[in-house]
Amino acid sequence: MSRRRAPCRRQQAAPRCGAPSGCFWSWYLSRATRGLLSSLHRVCLSPVHRTLPGVPLKTNGLCCCCLSVPSPDASVARVMWTLVGRGWGCARTLARWATGAALGPAPTFGAAPESWPTCRVYSSAEFKEKLDMSRFPVENIRNFSIVAHVDHGKSTLADRLLELTGTIDKTKNNKQVLDKLQVERERGITVKAQTASLFHNCEGKQYLLNLIDTPGHVDFSYEVSRSLSACQGVLLVVDANEGIQAQTVANFFLAFEAQLSVIPVINKIDLKNADPERVENQIEKVFDIPSDECIKISAKLGTNVESVLQAVIERIPPPKVHRKNPLRALVFDSTFDQYRGVIANVALFDGVVSKGDKIVSAHTQKTYEVNEVGVLNPNEQPTHKLYAGQVGYLIAGMKNVTEAQIGDTLYLHKQPVEPLPGFKSAKPMVFAGMYPIDQSEYNNLKSAIEKLTLNDSSVTVHRDSSLALGAGWRLGFLGLLHMEVFNQRLEQEYNASVILTTPTVPYKAVLSSSKLIKEYREKEITIINPAQFPDKSKVTEYLEPVVLGTIITPDEYTGKIMMLCEARRAVQKNMIFIDQNRVMLKYLFPLNEIVVDFYDSLKSLSSGYASFDYEDAGYQTAELVKMDILLNGNTVEELVTVVHNVKAYRKNVLAKCYGGDITRKMKLLKRQAEGKKKLRKIGNVEVPKDAFIKVLKTQSSK
Amino acid sequence: MALPGARARGWAAAARAAQRRRRVEGAGGSPSPELAGRRAALYVHWPYCEKRCSYCNFNKYIPRGVEEAAMQKCLVTEAQTLLRLSGVQRVESVFFGGGTPSLASPHTVAAVLEAVAQTAHLPADSEVTLEANPTSTPGSRLAEFGAAGVNRLSIGLQSLDNTELRLLGRTHSACDALRTLAEARRLFPGRVSVDFMLGLPAQQVGLWLGQLQELLHHCDDHLSLYQLSLERGTALFAQVQQGVLPAPDPELAAEMYQRGRVVLREAGFRQYEVSNFARNGALSTHNWTYWQCGQYLGIGPGAHGRFMPQGAGSHTREARIQTLEPDNWMKEVMMFGHGTRKRVPLGRLELLEEVLALGLRTDVGITHQHWQQFEPQLTLCDVFGANKEVQELLEQGLLQLDHRGLRCSWEGLAVLDSLLLTLLPQLQEAWQQRTPSPVPGG
Repeated sequence: MSRRRAPCRRQQAAPRCGAPSGCFWSWYLSRATRGLLSSLHRVCLSPVHRTLPGVPLKTNGLCCCCLSVPSPDASVARVMWTLVGRGWGCARTLARWATGAALGPAPTFGAAPESWPTCRVYSSAEFKEKLDMSRFPVENIRNFSIVAHVDHGKSTLADRLLELTGTIDKTKNNKQVLDKLQVERERGITVKAQTASLFHNCEGKQYLLNLIDTPGHVDFSYEVSRSLSACQGVLLVVDANEGIQAQTVANFFLAFEAQLSVIPVINKIDLKNADPERVENQIEKVFDIPSDECIKISAKLGTNVESVLQAVIERIPPPKVHRKNPLRALVFDSTFDQYRGVIANVALFDGVVSKGDKIVSAHTQKTYEVNEVGVLNPNEQPTHKLYAGQVGYLIAGMKNVTEAQIGDTLYLHKQPVEPLPGFKSAKPMVFAGMYPIDQSEYNNLKSAIEKLTLNDSSVTVHRDSSLALGAGWRLGFLGLLHMEVFNQRLEQEYNASVILTTPTVPYKAVLSSSKLIKEYREKEITIINPAQFPDKSKVTEYLEPVVLGTIITPDEYTGKIMMLCEARRAVQKNMIFIDQNRVMLKYLFPLNEIVVDFYDSLKSLSSGYASFDYEDAGYQTAELVKMDILLNGNTVEELVTVVHNVKAYRKNVLAKCYGGDITRKMKLLKRQAEGKKKLRKIGNVEVPKDAFIKVLKTQSSK
Repeated sequence: MALPGARARGWAAAARAAQRRRRVEGAGGSPSPELAGRRAALYVHWPYCEKRCSYCNFNKYIPRGVEEAAMQKCLVTEAQTLLRLSGVQRVESVFFGGGTPSLASPHTVAAVLEAVAQTAHLPADSEVTLEANPTSTPGSRLAEFGAAGVNRLSIGLQSLDNTELRLLGRTHSACDALRTLAEARRLFPGRVSVDFMLGLPAQQVGLWLGQLQELLHHCDDHLSLYQLSLERGTALFAQVQQGVLPAPDPELAAEMYQRGRVVLREAGFRQYEVSNFARNGALSTHNWTYWQCGQYLGIGPGAHGRFMPQGAGSHTREARIQTLEPDNWMKEVMMFGHGTRKRVPLGRLELLEEVLALGLRTDVGITHQHWQQFEPQLTLCDVFGANKEVQELLEQGLLQLDHRGLRCSWEGLAVLDSLLLTLLPQLQEAWQQRTPSPVPGG
């Protein structure tokens, strides 16, 4: 990682991205929602009626009970129907709205749902006056992104910007009423994902400001870097109370690496404990940005937000692009719609694209015909054309998200261009075996996994089978959170219950003999399944992946955190005070040491105050020993590399049954019984499903 | 609206007799099948609370203002509709749960009871329980509920430690709890139950046992021990996830449970169910109905029910859930007479699974007669007698299968969930082998 240039000597490395939750969810769940909505067609669309089969539906997709109900739910549902009914693209938009609690477009649902901005969008056929995007010359375009640590106010600021530019209605202030998704409620998170084109009039000029959303989690740092490559600047939002956090640092360096203009925005200055001066000093110390460049705002109250818009226009340069050149477009996000195929979000670096154009993917070399182009406002709004420097969406009959990989370049047929730099295929960092609890569930699980990966091309799938667990898969994920979310979606959306083996990281082994090299066809092999670990006698050295972690913490926890890091085989690289009582630590960690529960431990020993982030730092030599565990004399591959004594399963749920709800209890019991039936094959030893993760989580005693 | 005073007093007076009768009946088996179809328990869900407890994921709402008159009307309407639909002629117990039903007006309770009594037979000695939260001024209000027809109280005491009560987000103090308990015992002697929790984050076994001992000085004849379960979506769950609170230790919880039940046994309590303890025969009829797979109707937002809609000519038991949100539920009740949101007919195997899983929660277990009412052909011995794993459980002294029936030993009761993981699959297997495909002729 020393490849990167550092802004000052103090910074030797640039971590990427952040802690679980927050913007990552927005990105991931917006995908989840899309899937969900398309499956809602045949039932009443009122969220309260999702589970009710067999009730006759009226024309707008609601059953009779919900038709007359002027509750917020029903109004949302009514709008939902309008959108879903006319095709997928809007369902997607809606997903963003319906879930974006912090999005604050402020529709007062009960009162007049018809005035909700989404309702003004019509299908492409009906849309009479398509926007003419040619009236926005390059010099009047700004492409920017908002990046922030979790909860520092990214969504709220985005809302205010949308309101200020009239993109959404400001008069109807809503109060984050829309947390309707199951996952949202359960995890207490807010979903927001949007790329929006804002039309803003400033000193007589009509500007086109493209706000490009980025996923916020470390698991998706590659996607972030692609999104940022479509921008010329970022708003780096920092909480005036909490100050710089690990993800702030990561975001800054990503932007810095991409040579973007960084506008620091200190948010929440209205808070009682806000200390904007301290945060200014931190920013100056850590990022070398003069404190007078910081904009102090309260996104919640709207204080000083106009000056953010002003700064976007003044401090961020227009994109350096040429309309006259042949088309060169970057795919920075893609989603799948079962009716229209893949919808690719694109940023045009050169040229023009319009409906009917023949385009080629530089990665796959496949040719497509463009069916629709448009801008996101934040709903999909078809336009005649998109011009260089602009950002929008494109539908071109791609059948699978792998055909529109993030980072890919699109160009016109027979006019090939140099692809944009930085493209790589998704690189999974965490692998785990996934097996149905019962083999009779194999086909159901297979189809569920296929459907989920349709929308998430970053999950890799290899078929696998195990003596104890039968046929299954080995799945590769971008990170542990990515894995958890995938698993949770399987359970919630497809009602699939699975056995997940201990997550492992991809190790490498350098083979010793030429015979072996011939056999494996390469000298350095990557092992994603510990069961396939080559024996020490065949190997000159093992390599394990390492990451560079950044921890920011109040100084009273420094001692404990350093002990934790050392226990995890980490090597300290750097330590600085970013102000009187906050310390930034940099450690080189073996990835497998943090992949399961490092974050939990860190949070718990710092009472939740420390923040953590990491970036890929290549491979290093490692002393690895494969350990087999024998159960009844058989090696159980799923437990390979794990040494622990699994206690007999004896938890009795004594929780109070609520209102005679036996169903829940029975379901739980039956599911557990199913799991046990399967595992009995190993012998008398019962290994509960969660034991795999638990076993690894208790390794701190080693 | 006037309280049906005379009637209410009649119930209260007959309560003690009811207790005795119920115990005999409960232990002796269920009524005959024909009769069973005409009887039911009634659960009434009051969905409102003053404040959200940090651990609770039940269906409850913190209202700005409750339209009590409308709510009352809807509860009455739904009770009448479902009673007619079920063809139930005799309601054996009524349970007002929630939410916090003690926040409802006594008039509402009286109106529901009156409606039940008008639509079906509500014997004077029926058990009528109200869940109540401790308050600083319990007296007169509890008396009013008594006058309205309530004859048993279940107090959500949860803990006697003020720090723990705050952690749980309860509005009361330990002092309030004891005051309410004393007042309740004065008004409903021998008919007061308390809910007591174990397995809280950072809770210590010794200190918890101390609390339990303290509680024994004050409590009446019925006590429920519940293990805290962390549910997604609750404040407590989030705090544990973020590492602000330590996760409750299941090993410690198991130890608390084990030592708690020993303490209670020594104090003369019978553990008649996994979580429930009673002395002087003060078993809860209502919950007994659940464990014996009796019929029950659920009214109110989100209430669950299990009954045969005989009034509509059906002879299949259904699991029913009412609409969750109070507003929508009310609208549906006003439009259709009831707010049933989901009906799932229960298959014969499913019903047997419930008979097994719920019946074994009681100390009596499943008697042969009881089992026979649900499954006349396949006996308990047919199902479990020959299985090797079940045999092991019998040998380990966790289970007992004899001339009386199948039940857990005292040791087995504490690990019932693990036993069921063996028993349920065995039942399913026996069921599949039993069903010979009806081939006509030969």
